[in-house]
Amino acid sequence: MQTFLSIGTDALAYGMVLFVISIGLSVTMGLMKVVNLAHGAFAMIGGYIASYATRDLGLPYGLGVLAAVAGTVLIAVPLERFLYRRIYGAPQLTQVLMTIGITFVIIGLANFALGPTLKTVPLPEALQGPVNLGFRAIAAHKLFAIACGILVAGALWVLVEKTGFGIRLRASVEDAAMAAALGVRTRIVYAVSFALAVALAAFGGVVGAELLPIEPYYALRYMVTFLVVVSVGGAGSIPGALLACLLLGAVETTGRYYMPEFGEFFFYLAVIVIVCLFPRGLLGRAE
Amino acid sequence: MKAFVLAALGSALLCGAAAADTIKIGVVGPFSGPFALQGKNFQVGIDAYMKLHGATVGDDTVEIVYRDVPQADPAQSAALAQELVVKEGVQYLAGFYFTPDAMAAAPLLEQANVPMVVFNAATSAIVTKSPYIVRTSFTTWQTSAPMAGVARARGIGKVITVVSDYGPGVDSETAFKTSFEKEGGTVVESIRMPLSTNDFSPIMQRVKDSGAEAVFAFLPSGPTTLGFVKAYNENGVKDAGITLLAPGDLTQESDLPALGESALGLLTTFHYAVSHDSPENQEFVKAATEILGNGQELSFPAVGAFDGMHVIYKMIEATGGTQDAKKAVDAVKGLAWTSPRGPVEIDGESRHITQNIYLREVARAEDGTFFNKEIETFEKQPDPGLAAVQ
Repeated sequence: MQTFLSIGTDALAYGMVLFVISIGLSVTMGLMKVVNLAHGAFAMIGGYIASYATRDLGLPYGLGVLAAVAGTVLIAVPLERFLYRRIYGAPQLTQVLMTIGITFVIIGLANFALGPTLKTVPLPEALQGPVNLGFRAIAAHKLFAIACGILVAGALWVLVEKTGFGIRLRASVEDAAMAAALGVRTRIVYAVSFALAVALAAFGGVVGAELLPIEPYYALRYMVTFLVVVSVGGAGSIPGALLACLLLGAVETTGRYYMPEFGEFFFYLAVIVIVCLFPRGLLGRAE
Repeated sequence: MKAFVLAALGSALLCGAAAADTIKIGVVGPFSGPFALQGKNFQVGIDAYMKLHGATVGDDTVEIVYRDVPQADPAQSAALAQELVVKEGVQYLAGFYFTPDAMAAAPLLEQANVPMVVFNAATSAIVTKSPYIVRTSFTTWQTSAPMAGVARARGIGKVITVVSDYGPGVDSETAFKTSFEKEGGTVVESIRMPLSTNDFSPIMQRVKDSGAEAVFAFLPSGPTTLGFVKAYNENGVKDAGITLLAPGDLTQESDLPALGESALGLLTTFHYAVSHDSPENQEFVKAATEILGNGQELSFPAVGAFDGMHVIYKMIEATGGTQDAKKAVDAVKGLAWTSPRGPVEIDGESRHITQNIYLREVARAEDGTFFNKEIETFEKQPDPGLAAVQ
């Protein structure tokens, strides 16, 4: 029982970290129909900014997170205006080529400007060290990541399903021309949702930095995992992404505990099975 | 132009060691991609050596030609090595961060009459692949085996091993297990985890459940070490009194600023620490830091490259600049000198470097930075791996 609880906690924490980082990609891929392979790069930029703000400028952690989100969005807005706007609605191959190109440029720049060494985001006192849950000790920052995941999921769901902006966003996605004809300023809607996705990436990069440390190759290293989460959950579906993360986190963690020598076997087996059963992902919408 | 080249070639052949030649050394390593830092350290080691000892040997000028293999890629390594030999006309091949890359280029050597000096790749068997291979780095066996003695000396009887599931990890596991059992200890469990592991909490749970007094771990230096060391601290394994023992890959100097406090007190065995206290090392670190600009990036591959250059310079000296791989390699068999890491010798039989292995503890310096502090020396360690495999 203790082992079960223990693995469960680890799985929940890992799944939530995955969720916080991947949900932004689900938004771009599902709602905006852009295969954004530069998502990891934005998460990495967020991590770098947070690391710089807290370590070199000595800002408190909270401000560091804010700076990371704001800074990454600032960097991403001109990219959206000049690069991404050209590929909305373009064939997926074009999108892949463009965004992987952006990723390589960002990796190169990060390596050149910031060096190839690991960068950490120092945690505040309260998030450091283990917390005793009674049946086991768990890192405080993992509890924080779980809380962030729940918060992000809730806030996003409200935004997309319950607000006026959400309605306009869904309308622009369904039929951009019709939405525009009805007076929705689709360009602004797109720009705002792109900024939102990037902000989520940056936030995830910072919150997940303890598990996925920041270094130049971060941008590509974890991209496959993020893409898997989106395709398993169903692009654009927030509950889907959440479900996928929890499921994959559980499979990965349990496999790693009982049979580490099998490596990624169970993880990808689960992916194959789910994608076979649900070609659009767990909660993906039909086209 | 063609006539001129032919004439030059002819005269070169006639004169044998023509005066004032340019001798090219082809260096294969990861200079871009996720392992760029290690490739950069190759470059720094080479540049530091040439800065301290000049770019000429006798009348000959040494020129370095770099080729990039970003990740372990034997086919590309072999192709680039061939290109270096055929097109660039290099007299020496050097570098090689990954074992498969070194192995793939080995069959070229005899036919091309080119010696290879391995700056890093750490699998014992590499030197057996060609009589023209000399290695100035270390082997995983060499750095892992002494840890068994350390554990026994600290009264540890039961150990669980946790290694990344790939060649060097398995080597490390076998090396530790063999020596530890020879010394009367028991390895209660051996876990191999995938290279791509990000979350080590389940592994730490296994470690706790195993009832071992210590965990012996091998992970390649780089991003994953951070998660591993943190997981060790945060999942109550450290508080349970389970000691973490590892070869020095886990705490390479360039990762230490990130590992920080969580690595404090970690025990590792390795062949080189940037903090090594000797005049040779001070000179080396000073030169390397000037080249790098940022001293924090200096790490062990640099010293492999530095000593590799020493070996190549001796080879050039011995052959007078002519291309004679056999003579060159024979000349450095038994070569002994004082490296930045301490006294070293190229073993006449295996052509691998015999060196001191140090037990180090991660400590905090007065200025608040972290470093590997050498606390015990195991002198003149040969490579136990070859003997064990054969």
